[in-house]
Amino acid sequence: MATMPASASDLLKSFKLKTKQQELLIRVSILCLVYILAFITRLFSVLRYESMIHEFDPYFNYRTTLYLTENGFYDFWNWFDYESWYPLGRIVGGTLYPGLMVTAVLIYRILRFLRFAVHIREVCVLTAPFFASNTTLVAYFFGKEIWDSGAGLVAAILIAVCPGYISRSVAGSYDNEGVAIFALLFTFYVFVKAVNTGSLAWSLASAFGYFYMVSAWGGYVFIINLIPLYVLVLLITGRYSMRLYVAYNCMYILGMLLAMQIRFVGFQHVQSGEHMAAMGVFFLMQVFYFLDWVKHMLSDTKLFQAFLRITVTSAVAVGGIALGLGMVSGYISPWTGRFYSLLDPTYAKDHIPIIASVSEHQPTAWSSFMFDFHILLFLFPAGLYFCFKRLSDATIFIVMYGLTSMYFAGVMVRLILVATPAVCLISAIAVSTTVKNLTVLLRSKNKVVQTGSTKGSGGSKSSSKALLDQSQPFQKNGAIALLFGAFYLLSRYATHCTWVTSEAYSSPSIVLAARGAHGNRVIFDDYREAYFWLRQNTPQDAKVMSWWDYGYQITAMGNRTVIVDNNTWNNTHIATVGRAMSSYEDEAIEIIRSLDVDYVLVVFGGVTGYSSDDINKFLWMVRIGGGVFPVIKEPDYLVNGEYRVDKGAAPKMLNCLMYKLCYYRFGEMMTEYGKPPGYDRARGVEIGNKDVKLEHLEEAFTTSNWIVRIYRVKPPNNRW
Amino acid sequence: MEAPIRAREALGFILFSLLFSICRSSSLNHLLISNAERRIDLSSHIVKVFLTLKVENAGSTPTSEVLLSFPPTQADHLATVEALVTKGKRKKTTLVHLDVKPTELPDAPNDAKYFTIYLANPLKSGESTTIEVLYLLTHSQEPFPAEIAQSESQLVYYRDSALILSPYHIKQQATFVKTPSTKVESFTRVEPSNRAGTEIKYGPYEDHPPYSFSPILIHFENNSPFAVVEELVREVEISHWGNLQVTEQYTLVHAGARHKGVFSRVDYQSRPTLNGASSLRYLLARLPPRVHSVYYRDEIGNISSSHLRTDSRKSELEIEPRYPLFGGWKATFVIGYGLPLQDFLFETSDDRRYLNFTFGCPLLETVVDKLTVKVVLPEGSKDPSAVVPFPVEQHLETKYSYLDVVGRTVVVMEKKNLVPAHNSHFQVYYTFKSIFMLAEPLMLASAFFLFFVACVAYLHIDLSIRK
Repeated sequence: MATMPASASDLLKSFKLKTKQQELLIRVSILCLVYILAFITRLFSVLRYESMIHEFDPYFNYRTTLYLTENGFYDFWNWFDYESWYPLGRIVGGTLYPGLMVTAVLIYRILRFLRFAVHIREVCVLTAPFFASNTTLVAYFFGKEIWDSGAGLVAAILIAVCPGYISRSVAGSYDNEGVAIFALLFTFYVFVKAVNTGSLAWSLASAFGYFYMVSAWGGYVFIINLIPLYVLVLLITGRYSMRLYVAYNCMYILGMLLAMQIRFVGFQHVQSGEHMAAMGVFFLMQVFYFLDWVKHMLSDTKLFQAFLRITVTSAVAVGGIALGLGMVSGYISPWTGRFYSLLDPTYAKDHIPIIASVSEHQPTAWSSFMFDFHILLFLFPAGLYFCFKRLSDATIFIVMYGLTSMYFAGVMVRLILVATPAVCLISAIAVSTTVKNLTVLLRSKNKVVQTGSTKGSGGSKSSSKALLDQSQPFQKNGAIALLFGAFYLLSRYATHCTWVTSEAYSSPSIVLAARGAHGNRVIFDDYREAYFWLRQNTPQDAKVMSWWDYGYQITAMGNRTVIVDNNTWNNTHIATVGRAMSSYEDEAIEIIRSLDVDYVLVVFGGVTGYSSDDINKFLWMVRIGGGVFPVIKEPDYLVNGEYRVDKGAAPKMLNCLMYKLCYYRFGEMMTEYGKPPGYDRARGVEIGNKDVKLEHLEEAFTTSNWIVRIYRVKPPNNRW
Repeated sequence: MEAPIRAREALGFILFSLLFSICRSSSLNHLLISNAERRIDLSSHIVKVFLTLKVENAGSTPTSEVLLSFPPTQADHLATVEALVTKGKRKKTTLVHLDVKPTELPDAPNDAKYFTIYLANPLKSGESTTIEVLYLLTHSQEPFPAEIAQSESQLVYYRDSALILSPYHIKQQATFVKTPSTKVESFTRVEPSNRAGTEIKYGPYEDHPPYSFSPILIHFENNSPFAVVEELVREVEISHWGNLQVTEQYTLVHAGARHKGVFSRVDYQSRPTLNGASSLRYLLARLPPRVHSVYYRDEIGNISSSHLRTDSRKSELEIEPRYPLFGGWKATFVIGYGLPLQDFLFETSDDRRYLNFTFGCPLLETVVDKLTVKVVLPEGSKDPSAVVPFPVEQHLETKYSYLDVVGRTVVVMEKKNLVPAHNSHFQVYYTFKSIFMLAEPLMLASAFFLFFVACVAYLHIDLSIRK
């Protein structure tokens, strides 16, 4: 036993690394651990449920990915989908961002080439966690670029577990955002790098990053507006440099040309109002460059001032006239409703009910900020303070990114996602700087006594100098206490993140889980039951009408044609479905027949107490339907402005198609002990119309917990 | 009912007269059947027929071949024919299986199909023996009405002959038909015939010449679910690391009377016995013991409604489809499970290995229309050969799985029209050198090694152009 430590220490000595190597080793191993952590923390849903696709939109992405694997890229690019938006159809290749599908198929092909017999579904399920892991690496390098490697490491750790990001990147959440956040952060990082170095290579890389982002998510508009804004700020603050000129021009021109290759984006970069800021800044850069050159040529300042005045006014005038002409002639399209609703949170509510009806488009509540950011919420201002203390091109960028994205996060819940990387980076600066200052304080005190001079590097100098000046008695203890406080907060953050991930963000929403009477887990798998029934037992060309929420799932899992789906591109079509659902049966049947519908599907939670069912969404159907067809009036369905389904409900409500389909034969059903039959558990009332008779539709299938009900449209009666 | 029976009698007569001449020329007709008893069990959708024949050699030469004949419509649905003979004296009797082979006769009347039973000992002149024959018929109950509503029960037709179709003269015969319930709508009377409880008795009939035929039609209630697997692909993958992975892909259909009109969940839940009586609610699969990692899923994900019960002798997997299957409804699903290799893989004395596994479908009371069994041998195995107790179509394929370079040999066996009686064992023999087991781990190890070497090299080599 005694010899063992000696030999071990010998071994250590022979392996003894230099400090720099040690640091590298620690850094690499921390990064590796963070990389793995970011991946496995997103696997809760796979372990708890199964490897499956979540929610609504991912099912469309999965279906298109399957199509891409089976038919190849050219067929995918030219795909006209007959199974959705019947009878209009959808040009899929031209109306989606293909980045996600191409990425997944590429990973799939590589794995297949390496003889890993994986199924494309598994690749799709794990794409988001994989890209989240890659994002942590980018966050590290970004942090290193704007501050130092310590901040980079902290940023990587923070972003690995941040709930704001996890919410959209758990395993199975196969959505554009999963890869887009990686692309977004990568583009920003490479652009900042290009601005810092003035290197053409980096700015070329940022153009490609931008291209990937454009191919992956509509949120690229944020990049193409933030970067010009950032450039503008640099110009105004007098930080114009050749580096900036190279970085921006290369990135803008190449990025624009590359982005035009995506069919869904097309010529928007030169034609749409949302992209005009970038073009304006591009021309402004040229004016700046020109002026710089003139200034260089002209030695007379007075002459230059005059020239400057003339050039600037004429440039602005020409730009204004060009923009005005473009707008008037219709060459440049005005801003879209979605863009407006970002700038003005109340816009959607008044003008586009279809955007307002989506829960993730609501303005963010304070609680969800706290839920998604936790301690980052107050580390963020602290980080901003540090950034302002050490202003550079890079910190200006991150400050601008942070502030603008925080504003957007306040406007829409789903945009918390865009703000998350910025918040993590800025908070990482705060954490890293604080901890560094505190540890320097602890370590340098001993050295001060002995050597009298500090050897601390970088940012620690100021603090150690301060230490020399004032020797407060409890400084060391205070620093220790503060350090413990910081670690406590960070560990609370980690606990909170894990809890949020496991409790809130890891349910697939297609399978519902509840606790049974004995504490056992009860699974409601009704959605898949219904979709699989559709898939197996209806004619291949059956047309299914449902509210648009379920469109993607019906086409992906049920493999049947739908009238409307989650790609809400045609408001009138959706309004027609809304109108059919909110009309009386004999009026609705006309619409249903005109749409050639064979089956009508409704989601009903009255038996299980599942609250996000069609009855609770019904007012939106009325609103959207009424927005196009004024026959439908919202007050008809309300009693004194109150929405109810019991005896006191409005007569039109009690007899409209949606009500009838949901509550057909529900009046005979005992749902809860001690309650009358027909007691709706989702709304906690006894329903008002128990004697529902259907004339033109018949019940075709109801799932075991009644969550999905499917009705068959009867053929018209024979006329005699 | 009168007219068709007359017609059939006429047909029988024509048959008889037609065959008389053929039988004369045939060398087989020195056999005769002194007593025949037939029991037809209609209680499930698989028709089981037990035939007891007392065969007597009336000729002068000993013979060891006994012919069975079937009308062509039945022959198409015939899943299996087995013949047994009892041996030994009283109390110590044992049943001995006899070989049965399909036979083509050149001038078969009305396309009758034949099976030959080969007796173990030739039957000498004047001797007699008793042969027990069991045969199973699938798809032989025709739902009538063909479409029923949820609350109706399922009625079916069964067609057969009151007289046993045989190339031999039958001195005395009787047929007993067992129906699943006492509810019989109608049955063809061929006197003497009568019905008592769940049994209909035809006979005894005396002295019928060869190829006598008297069609009967029985219309009765049969609410047992007609579970038919249209296609089943079983893949058995051998890994010499100790696991046998079985994956079974089912296309299940309820082949009974088609469901029409409404499916009402209220009625189905509140009055399960009256509503959807013939619906298929669950299936039972009998799996080998020591089964592990069982899964049950379909194209869109896991199906949570299954229960596994295991004990040391067998495992039972109870599976519920996502929805109850009514007539004409379909469901596709996959069952997969792992098994310990040592239970199924053995070595022969000449250093070959063989897999010993069950052939048929593990689901109870189901008919499989088409079964494909694929045995995936480990990479590097050679000379595969399969031994199956009944005729199957065979060919070889190649499959690529994890980290395969040359691919794995797959022995594919196909058979149509299977019943649970086909769940006998088959063997696949092959040679395999254990050293090949190390190929894949070595490949992985060397890939990682190369990766680290590349990393080390990258860190130590300065690739910059400027110095």
